[in-house]
Amino acid sequence: MSKTRDALMDPLFNTNPIALQVLGICSALAITTKMSTALVMSGAVVFVLLFSNLFISMLRNQIPTSIRIIVQLTIIASLVIVVDQVLKAYAFGLSKQLSVFVGLIITNCIIMGRAEAYAMQNPPGISMIDGLGNGLGYAVILAATAVLRELFGSGSLFGVQLLSLASEGGWYTPNGLMLLSPGAFFIIGFFIWALRTWKPEQVEQD
Amino acid sequence: MEHYLNLAVTSIFVENMALAFFLGMCSFIAVSKRVSTALGLGLAVIFVLSVTVPMNYLVLNYALKPGALAWVHPSLASYDLSFLGFLTFIGTIAAMTQVVEMTLDRFMPKLYAALGIFLPLIAVNCAILGASLWMMERNYDLAESAVFGFGSGVGWALAIVALAGIRERLRYSNPPEGLRGLGLTFILVGLMAIGFMAFAGVQL
Repeated sequence: MSKTRDALMDPLFNTNPIALQVLGICSALAITTKMSTALVMSGAVVFVLLFSNLFISMLRNQIPTSIRIIVQLTIIASLVIVVDQVLKAYAFGLSKQLSVFVGLIITNCIIMGRAEAYAMQNPPGISMIDGLGNGLGYAVILAATAVLRELFGSGSLFGVQLLSLASEGGWYTPNGLMLLSPGAFFIIGFFIWALRTWKPEQVEQD
Repeated sequence: MEHYLNLAVTSIFVENMALAFFLGMCSFIAVSKRVSTALGLGLAVIFVLSVTVPMNYLVLNYALKPGALAWVHPSLASYDLSFLGFLTFIGTIAAMTQVVEMTLDRFMPKLYAALGIFLPLIAVNCAILGASLWMMERNYDLAESAVFGFGSGVGWALAIVALAGIRERLRYSNPPEGLRGLGLTFILVGLMAIGFMAFAGVQL
């Protein structure tokens, strides 16, 4: 039982895919200007990661090692096509906002990384849990970044105005830097610093 | 001519793949510890991007778009295969990297040895797939997509070499424990992104 718990809980803070393994950063930065896009993206990644780990683990004894990358990519790309079509059908506005980043889930290193490092060696059940755990670890960082960027960048959460903007007669002057790319880099950098101060064993010695 | 030059400048500086769109971040952070390796990866990315973007343009326009198959047989004109875009793009990219790798191995063994392990890694670099997806999203034509592919490759290479140069210098500094490595790199990239924002609005 404890192995299951470890597979689920470790990626949240101890071996977080973004903060420690440096995987899947592209999308973590690009779509976190708003809570709504960040949550949809996390949902999509959790879904793809869960099922790609499951299917790759089920096929792990059949996949020839020399062409395993392309087999993994095909499985992942098919799952992403499903996600993309569902988003286009039921949440067209959001899917337009996410634009190319839905497609880029294919090359999100978390998914390839977990397939390669975990699903190829472990049975389907535990691989699925590992996929879920890593997906959630990714979602935690995404949500935290998006809260900061949306709240301080446009004074709102989920599009609801919480801080009244100076331009509309309120008191809050939004920090435009938060919405631009450097803001995202700084926030993630400080997150990593905070996490490593809390868990000193993650500090890199070089 | 001016139009293409403008597109190249925009894709290299203003809309830098790594610093403005966060594409190819994984290898951008992981392989930027030394200038020499960063330069190798940068060259490989320029090469593969300039080949795959026009290639995917051809695939999109002659196989996937609604009505694109009409040249095979008029009865196929009603087919719309664009939902297969992701799968075919990544297939093209994986195949092209393989071809590039074999060609280099055969004809330019020196360059091949220099690029070494980076070539296969490129297949899963988001910058490569990202450029093809932008090409589809923005409806570039063949010449534009060639320029765009090359330009974004140069921009990415420029950014990674610059970052590696700064990181080599960082070895002499003494940052707080928790900031060492990854944390500091992110803050550095943020500062570089601010620097590149100065190019915004540059038009020829």
